[in-house]
Amino acid sequence: MSIRSQILLAASAVAAVLAVAPAQAEDAVKIGLILPMTGGQASTGKQIDNAIKLYMQQHGDTVAGKKIEIILKDDGALPDKTKTAAQELIVNDKVNFIAGFGVTPAALAAAPLATQGKIPEVVMAAGTSIITERSPYIVRTSFTLAQSSTIIGDWAAKNGIKKVATLTSDYAPGNDALTFFKQNFTAGGGEIVEEVKVPLANPDFAPFLQRMKDAKPDAVFVFVPAGQGGNFMKQYAERGLDKAGIKVIGPGDVMDDDLLNGMGDAALGTVTAHLYSAAHPSAMNKEFVAAYKKAFNSRPGFMAVSGYDGIHLIYEALKKTGGKTDGDELIAAMKGMKWESPRGPISIDPETRDIVQNIYIRKVEKVDGELYNVEFATFEAVKDSGKTKK
Amino acid sequence: MTTLFTILFDGVAYGMLLFVLACGLAVTLGLMNFVNLAHGAFAMTGGYVCAVLVNNSGWPFFAGLPLAFVSSALIGVVLERALYRHLYTRSHLDQVLFSVGLVFMSVAAVDYIMGSSRIFIKLPAALEGQFDFFGVGIGRYRLMIIVICGLLTVALQLVLARTRFGSRLRAAVDDPRAASGLGINVPQVFAFTFAFGCGLAGLGGALSAEVLGLDPYFPLKFMIYFLIVVTVGGSSSITGPFLASLLLGIGDVAGKYYVPKMGPFVIYTIMIVILIWRPNGLFGRTATR
Repeated sequence: MSIRSQILLAASAVAAVLAVAPAQAEDAVKIGLILPMTGGQASTGKQIDNAIKLYMQQHGDTVAGKKIEIILKDDGALPDKTKTAAQELIVNDKVNFIAGFGVTPAALAAAPLATQGKIPEVVMAAGTSIITERSPYIVRTSFTLAQSSTIIGDWAAKNGIKKVATLTSDYAPGNDALTFFKQNFTAGGGEIVEEVKVPLANPDFAPFLQRMKDAKPDAVFVFVPAGQGGNFMKQYAERGLDKAGIKVIGPGDVMDDDLLNGMGDAALGTVTAHLYSAAHPSAMNKEFVAAYKKAFNSRPGFMAVSGYDGIHLIYEALKKTGGKTDGDELIAAMKGMKWESPRGPISIDPETRDIVQNIYIRKVEKVDGELYNVEFATFEAVKDSGKTKK
Repeated sequence: MTTLFTILFDGVAYGMLLFVLACGLAVTLGLMNFVNLAHGAFAMTGGYVCAVLVNNSGWPFFAGLPLAFVSSALIGVVLERALYRHLYTRSHLDQVLFSVGLVFMSVAAVDYIMGSSRIFIKLPAALEGQFDFFGVGIGRYRLMIIVICGLLTVALQLVLARTRFGSRLRAAVDDPRAASGLGINVPQVFAFTFAFGCGLAGLGGALSAEVLGLDPYFPLKFMIYFLIVVTVGGSSSITGPFLASLLLGIGDVAGKYYVPKMGPFVIYTIMIVILIWRPNGLFGRTATR
């Protein structure tokens, strides 16, 4: 073999490798999903993971000629673990999206990595307003606490509730909920008679509830992280606050669909403002709830819907870019996107990349022997009012 | 004024609960000189056993409670014979590492079997709600806790002070070599005591599900509280932990009620003040071994 043909052979081999390698990378779109699958927030992680699986079963795993590949990492809702997971996913696995994020600190921990890597970060759970301001690559499909808290504040002030005592968990989302509720409720003429912040890892609500009871308000405004709602409602009833005529109002996290049934009749009559109820009366939602129940034998909550919409957003963005995975193009494609979700019509605000959605006022009622949040009033296309840059 | 009594009542109930949960730890730590950080895991086991029996198999709540005790005690005796006794003579660091390992295993196991969300035990209607006693709101469930835990405390004190087993235990603790020379089967006494402490924890776990909430992270979340009870109370008797539990229970509840902003710190402040004043706890004497 002559030297020339050897060089040719080598060159063609190199060419072949070069031709094959990008083709492999181009064929798949990788999504790094970072969720709390263990720990106190595990129910959030499981719901989102389930919803994504359901969506991919229904819509197939190929979009715009690309195969979608999900890499799931458990961060246990610990931000330093989130950061490590995001780093591994971006550097080693070369993912095209990072998604999930059960709690605010986790979403914030990944933000600088999304910016550096120019990789879209789809937030499917965490609900503090500031998140989307931390990176131009963050898009959110869940909610912000400002959305539901301002609405319930307006609603309470207009519906005969004059005096409110507040009980909120002492961390960022709790403080957001409190601030925005207070702002709108007092603007509407209401009065806050008692304000208690409870520690996040709080074993016993008894003393705080006693304080609420003695303040004799018309209603108690509550925000505690999803898992603690049941404990709160039990002790609320045990202490006889329901009999004293004190209503429970709040953002809907407390009355999460997957825990609601375990709370017992004490929860009946609780009025909350939220983005989603499993009892939302649309055909699409009925189908979604039925499919979810069939696949996972439990009721989907708002976290499941946020995950479902999150993966939908990724699919649609890929369709728009024709399968191209450039971060800036994907974000541009996501901005302003509108679609019909199981929770109702939603869109992505082109300015803030945050979600715009209907907020519903719901009351806990018994439907076919089970407790549901039944929606009775709708505030349409609510934007997040909690952004610092107005 | 009536509020003060309600707070006091809630505090006593909380303290009693802490005592039943932690007194097993006081026994193993103080009497047997073994650092068993996995104590909360036994409490959790009792809680889950009771929850499964009551919620899924339809047992009445009051039948579930003794079963919670028995199952935790059984698991306790098995683990004591199989694992713990090998570590009695090892350093405290080894014991801590071993028992913390057990905690993580129990957390993962329960998470896997039962799921990670918080569960409740279905209560009979008679135990729900509050009633008025001369204007003081008394929670029925908390009243039951006080009654059960109060009786247990009296019984424990009597057993330790008055019975033959009690004196054997005290002898075995004070000087195991002399005790076994006198024909006391020291390992057996320890195994029994250990199992009993675990059983109490199991009962406490079942009782606390309603008040503190029960999830797979229970042993980690409440480890601190158990340790505070034992350090503040001193671990040489059960009177110490008992009074410490009451003090902490009342302090915690009252602190959260009267100064909610400071609430969570009150319990730690009490602990620090007491430990500065009496480094071996309220009723402590220096460990001799």
